[in-house]
Amino acid sequence: MSQKLPATDIVIIGLGWTGSILAEALTRTGLNVVALERGPWRDTSTDFPTTYAQDELRYHIRHDLFLRPAQETMTFRNNANQTALPIRTWGSFMPPNGVGGGGVHWNAETWRFLPSDFQLRSHLVQRYGEKFLPEDMTIQDWGVTYEEMEPYYDKFEYLCGTSGKAGNIGGKKQAGGNPFEGPRARDYPTPPQRQPYAPTLFAAAARELGYSPFPQPSGNLSQAYTNPLGVALGPCTYCGFCEWFGCGNYSKASPQTTLLPVLVRRPDFEARTLCEVTRINLDGSGKRATGVTYVDAQGNVWEQPAELVVLCAFQLFNVHLLLLSGIGKPYDPHSGEGVIGRNYSYQVTSSVDAFFDNKNFNPFVASGAIGMCIDEFNGDNFDHGPHGFVGGGYMGAVQTNGRPILGTRVPKGTPDWGAAWKKAVAENYLSSYEAATHGSCYSYRDAYLDLDPTYTDPLGRKLLRINFDFHQNEMKMSAFLTDRLAEIIQKMGPRSIEKNPRKGPYTITKYQTTHTCGGAIMGADPKTSALNRYLQSWDVPNLFVTGATIFPQNAGYNPTGTVGAFAYWAADAIVNQYLKHPGPLVPS
Amino acid sequence: MQQSALAGLLLILGVCAACAAAPVRPAKPAHDKQSFAEIERGRYLATAGDCAACHTDPGGKPYAGGRPVETPFGMLLAPNLTPDRATGIGAWSDEDFVNALLNGRGAGGTRLYPAMPYTYYTKMSRDDALAIRAYLNTLEPVHNEVKSNQLPFPFNIRLTMAGWDLLFFHAGRFQPVAGKSDEWNRGAYLVEGPGHCGLCHTPKNFLGADETDNVLQGSVLQGWFAPDLTGDPRRGLGSWSADDIIAYLKTGHNRISFATGPMSEVISDSTSRMTDDDLKAIAAYLKDQAAPKESPPAAVSAQNNSMRSGETIYVDNCSACHGPGGKGITHLFPALDDNPIVQSKDATSLIRVTLEGAQNVATQAAPTGPAMPAFYWKLSNAQIADALTYIRNSWGNRASAVSSGQVDDVRSEPTQR
Repeated sequence: MSQKLPATDIVIIGLGWTGSILAEALTRTGLNVVALERGPWRDTSTDFPTTYAQDELRYHIRHDLFLRPAQETMTFRNNANQTALPIRTWGSFMPPNGVGGGGVHWNAETWRFLPSDFQLRSHLVQRYGEKFLPEDMTIQDWGVTYEEMEPYYDKFEYLCGTSGKAGNIGGKKQAGGNPFEGPRARDYPTPPQRQPYAPTLFAAAARELGYSPFPQPSGNLSQAYTNPLGVALGPCTYCGFCEWFGCGNYSKASPQTTLLPVLVRRPDFEARTLCEVTRINLDGSGKRATGVTYVDAQGNVWEQPAELVVLCAFQLFNVHLLLLSGIGKPYDPHSGEGVIGRNYSYQVTSSVDAFFDNKNFNPFVASGAIGMCIDEFNGDNFDHGPHGFVGGGYMGAVQTNGRPILGTRVPKGTPDWGAAWKKAVAENYLSSYEAATHGSCYSYRDAYLDLDPTYTDPLGRKLLRINFDFHQNEMKMSAFLTDRLAEIIQKMGPRSIEKNPRKGPYTITKYQTTHTCGGAIMGADPKTSALNRYLQSWDVPNLFVTGATIFPQNAGYNPTGTVGAFAYWAADAIVNQYLKHPGPLVPS
Repeated sequence: MQQSALAGLLLILGVCAACAAAPVRPAKPAHDKQSFAEIERGRYLATAGDCAACHTDPGGKPYAGGRPVETPFGMLLAPNLTPDRATGIGAWSDEDFVNALLNGRGAGGTRLYPAMPYTYYTKMSRDDALAIRAYLNTLEPVHNEVKSNQLPFPFNIRLTMAGWDLLFFHAGRFQPVAGKSDEWNRGAYLVEGPGHCGLCHTPKNFLGADETDNVLQGSVLQGWFAPDLTGDPRRGLGSWSADDIIAYLKTGHNRISFATGPMSEVISDSTSRMTDDDLKAIAAYLKDQAAPKESPPAAVSAQNNSMRSGETIYVDNCSACHGPGGKGITHLFPALDDNPIVQSKDATSLIRVTLEGAQNVATQAAPTGPAMPAFYWKLSNAQIADALTYIRNSWGNRASAVSSGQVDDVRSEPTQR
């Protein structure tokens, strides 16, 4: 039995990047906002202080900052011929937990998508014809344009203080930046981070091959910065403990370092931590959310009535909650009908390991996003006609870490332990390098999310089931990108290289990225999207959904910049349209 | 110290049992208690006087009292100032209120303890005192019985304060100093009167009274060292511009330093809410305080073992934020070079911050509120002593070495501060 709480204006489910952005924007209106967060409160000096933030065993090996699978997990299968089994320890991706969400432990690679990414299907069909796309590929246009999104990308970058070099300001190409990026209104708020030796060599090699290398845009800041909310960030110290770790130096953009200090001062804002939302409640018509039900740490069940619900949990859990709450028609892969669970996608990464003689790369001088990249082979920046696949990705030498346990690289054939392994580590630690490609992952009819028929969580709810495998198109793309990357690395003069293109089947046991996408996507047609262009539910107009959940497919970039931009986009639509005229913002 | 204080008090008791308080001027009539301007002025003065710091219990209702105030002689609980007639000051006349604020006498003439800074408030004008009363009258009456006097015998005998008052209390309104600007005089009024800065920043004698020869030269109180506010170039505000002082009081930090510990509360509840003109006035007055005539200690030699060990500890544990050269990061991590608190005569605050960590106060103007982590679990007394000795004597800093015994003293104290 739940106990009913006094009503609030707005409930936000999940207090990560998008929940914090929405809460900041919505409390400005004077409305009361209650944020419910499943995990604990987290702060820099108490949860990941410099005194122990750089603990690879605690954070990387033992997953200290992530959700505990025993609390909530999902099942997985590659295809309908298999029986899905629960994920009992995280492998391929790391679901976040606690205030700040994935913003606490990301690498802070802060990209924008290409203009053509937002009109992906119509753009590719126009250029290559309908038949060029695999028959079961279900890519869609987003229903918005890059031009519309530009001010919101800008807002997120200036919130974070992103360090980078513009490649295109107002249509004018800028030397040293990414020549393929869409036009931006102004340069990055702070200059790029200083490049270590290997990315410098990579850039020289890439230039020799006729490419235009540029520094990766980084949310680990090159210099001290105070954002428009008055919150200060410090310069990165290049310690190389970013992804999987919280930053103890206030130098990685996160909700903690950009938004929460302001939010906690707002009297209209309240955060309740260790509170798991179990469902979004609907009225008798099923067309209106009345609030949410949640369980607190003592096991008490509460009903929190609200006028507006904003779903801001991690991508997979947004879809899970929509399915459990009976909002929107669940996707059926046989008929291709339904929208909740539709178009689940991921990211297709690959790498090239290179071993050099007489080089010292000092790999421990690192940050989650210092590196030099090229974008010649991303999106539709090149003619796919001769290659027989669509999609692409950026590639580069990004020096994320030289951590002692997993940051050691040895040539293939080296034993996994013992004296020979130690010798190989000692010989190669300073002089080897891993460069990477970061490829798109398009959506397919058989890649989707639904509720598992067998397994339940501790609250008795059906687990979410992931149905996913890599397709030929993506593996062709990965082989192509890896070959191009290997050509550049070869120019750097290594003793030997090893190419690791992404191959199937997809496995959830090997870490790739946490860029799970889709499942409740935005679009122009309620038959093929769960949300309209303002991220408002087609079915329940007082419900908005944020995060990578809304991506119809994933582009060849890290998603957080786009996730942040869409959070601002939705906040703007709620404040300037919905609150003035509550109801559907797009007729269905 | 307690024993000698006791002896002193008993002596005073014998001598001055018959002392009388200074007479109070008769009330000025026609005081409009419902005037918005009057009440608002009172609210502002109560803010400038930071009355809420003691009289509001964290988590309790505003001004309803009950907050423990730690003194060297024992604990006091701040009384309820709401207009509740039974447990607050609702039944007090205006005269009672003025008498308390300006003369240290409660209703019925009982003597207050100087933890209530009537020794400073006495400089306030009667009009200002009445304005504060007018403001307090507008508060929600809260029924909250507070037994203020928690002191041990014999300090719990309020009459003992008669002798103390005779010796140390100089009743009298603030007199502007001729030849000084209006701004300077306003600053002097705020610092010496409602702001009661000296309550923490002026060293105390064995009876807890201000050492009048050493005004604002810094003092240990409640486990923290409240720094020197004179013009001393090393330990005081000599190296701070008036703008540095204003920024510090308004935002909680400036290009050099950070507010933490008890000063956090002063800034968040009081100075960050004062007008820019008043902060300018305070800065003008403080910038005019002469430095004590004392030569600074010789720097500890860089070859000293503590210095060499301290340097390695500093590089490993401190430099990521404070920088290899101790320059810090403006708005985020305090500078350690040329920072007066780092070179203070007394290292108590430095030791406490290193052991327990510290959070910079967050203000409307500077909401970040960055924090330093605790090192009590990671560094030994000797390591902290060496690191602080190094910090106090590097990059041009000069201050006495810190011993592991000093660190141990702070570590052994109760931590509820």
